Amino acid sequence: MEGKVVLKAENISKMYRLGLVNSRSLSADLNRWWHLLRGKEDPHLKIGEMNNRAVKGNSDYVWALKDIDFEVNAGDTMAIIGRNGAGKSTLLKLLSRVTQPTTGSIGVHGRIASLLEVGTGFHPELTGRDNIYLNGAILGMRKSEIKQKLDQIIDFSGVERYIDTPVKRYSSGMYVRLAFAVAAHLESEILIIDEVLAVGDMEFQKKCLGKMDEVAKGQGRTVLFVSHNMAAVKSLCEKGIVIENGQKVFQGPIGEAVKHYMSKGSESALRRQFDFVKNDQFSLTEIGIYNDPIGQEELLLDKHKIQISTSFEVLSSEVSHIAYHVYNESGDPIFSMGTMDIALQMGTNTITCEIPPYFFQSGTYYLSLYVISKAQKAILIEKDVMSFLVTDGDRQMGAFMGREPGDIRPQFNWFSA
Amino acid sequence: MKKWDLEISSKTFWWKWNLKEVWRYRDLLLLLVMRDYKASFRQTILGPIWFFIQPIFTTIVYTFVFNRVAKLGTDGQPPALFYLSGVILWNYFSTSLTSTSNAFIQNASIFGKVYFPRLIIPVSIVLSNLMKFSVQLAFFICMLIYYTNFTTYTANMSWHIVLVPLLVLNMALLGLGAGMIISSFTTKYRDLAYLVTFGVQLLMYATPVVYPLSMVKGKLLSIILLNPMTGIVEGFRYGFLGTGSFEWGMLAYSFSFAAVMLVIAISLFNRVEKSFMDTV
Repeated sequence: MEGKVVLKAENISKMYRLGLVNSRSLSADLNRWWHLLRGKEDPHLKIGEMNNRAVKGNSDYVWALKDIDFEVNAGDTMAIIGRNGAGKSTLLKLLSRVTQPTTGSIGVHGRIASLLEVGTGFHPELTGRDNIYLNGAILGMRKSEIKQKLDQIIDFSGVERYIDTPVKRYSSGMYVRLAFAVAAHLESEILIIDEVLAVGDMEFQKKCLGKMDEVAKGQGRTVLFVSHNMAAVKSLCEKGIVIENGQKVFQGPIGEAVKHYMSKGSESALRRQFDFVKNDQFSLTEIGIYNDPIGQEELLLDKHKIQISTSFEVLSSEVSHIAYHVYNESGDPIFSMGTMDIALQMGTNTITCEIPPYFFQSGTYYLSLYVISKAQKAILIEKDVMSFLVTDGDRQMGAFMGREPGDIRPQFNWFSA
Repeated sequence: MKKWDLEISSKTFWWKWNLKEVWRYRDLLLLLVMRDYKASFRQTILGPIWFFIQPIFTTIVYTFVFNRVAKLGTDGQPPALFYLSGVILWNYFSTSLTSTSNAFIQNASIFGKVYFPRLIIPVSIVLSNLMKFSVQLAFFICMLIYYTNFTTYTANMSWHIVLVPLLVLNMALLGLGAGMIISSFTTKYRDLAYLVTFGVQLLMYATPVVYPLSMVKGKLLSIILLNPMTGIVEGFRYGFLGTGSFEWGMLAYSFSFAAVMLVIAISLFNRVEKSFMDTV
């Protein structure tokens, strides 16, 4: 089995129509139908635009995915990474046959099961036990198969006491546990998993990741995994595909894929030159983020200091200081930090912020740059100017599994009385 | 080129019905029917008794309105038996049709997350309703026995009663076919969904539910005979009550109507199911 191509996507594209469905779309439908009836090409396929949600386009039609090709070998664990709206979910939908590609085809060997959500088809009025059967059958299991695994599933979920209670009485955590337990016992050669891990409490997350690791490594099954969580992706997958604006921009070993994703194509994930973040008062030249002492990898280890060094030109005496807002991978702000104490000089400046060891938890963080004037106004704002990945250096595998709650882990002084 | 176990392609072939796959998911079909049954009576005290209450009250109201007030005949049958037979048949057809016609929209959240042959859903709807119908049919038979034993009424059953399962199947296929065709159209444009809700109500008056076919004369008769449900309702009454009309021609018409509609329905449904998530 090893090395055999089990999934091959050829040239797949997906077009979506924007806007509302109304009588205008009816006329477009009739037009398309008329063209196809006469054996001509669909006129609307020609006018699709690239998928970039931030830019205003002229067409109602957009390519959510365009000409994606890839192969997956048996036993591969492949991550699909990309920013929000890059087309990852669309790709998953096509692979799991929820919707059809506009062009191209995908060939699959063996049974394919997809988990775009846990607990699909759960009925609130039915008991946990009934829902295990129902959900299992929806995911493609035979009844006998479920029966055989029922005890394992209940055991894994840890909600045995409530198994004959309607699931509408469950806490959300119990609900998810039960749902994941069913999914975890699917037996298919290829498993497609969306970010279903961001659920449940810590103990259960560990269990889920452990199970996924077991599925991927222990049982040698083929897994496609979509996530924003670079730490989890790195520990679970061996290969990666990076998708940007609906196109595949990179495919290869996971380390390089993550690097590619983090750096958005610039030479290094942790140092980036700028020429577009500027106005008549301020111009950003470079941001570099390093461990101190400097490591070899493109990753930051949490056990060392982290230095964020910013180079820029001050073109006006109005500029007072710069500040960063730090966001976690879900986009929640964590804190802001600034340089009030350093007097900036006209011309070139390089300032460095030093963050103590073990400050950040492992995970991906995003920086937004704010340039502040003497009148305390923002002169320039650049969102997501830089991102960096902090990993737990002491654990090789399953870094995410040992993650403590929260984004930061300040080191306080503790005393005993 | 190697042969794939599964090929996901941008092309749709209307003749590829994939019934083999539907068969593979038969357990799901069964579980969905069980779900509908279990879920419908959770937290009710009367439980399955609700299956009877609705036809009983409808029969009482029909007896009052159509028999007492409007003085419509019942072919000499006790009004309770006459209307009850019509009501349970029509209920089965109309609920099958209306719930099937919402199949895509109602289940969009499941369809959007996981693949299984979409055909399972309409079939499960029709089967769940069949279960309800069977209970109501049993109730009808009890009423019939009561009338024969405790009133002056003498039952006039004919051997045609053996055709009842066939009639029910025919009705199920009609509801399924019509519902699936409508559901295929309503994914993008919801207009038809509005039409269905009152269209089914109106269609009842074009079916001999509240009146016997024998009362209809002239041009109107030919219109009513075009309705494939006419033969079913009349045949059912002929079998159980001995009045009404039964013709092989009418049965054959209803069956061919259902068969043709089902072929169209499955082909359409197959086309739509592949990409309806984009437009629903």
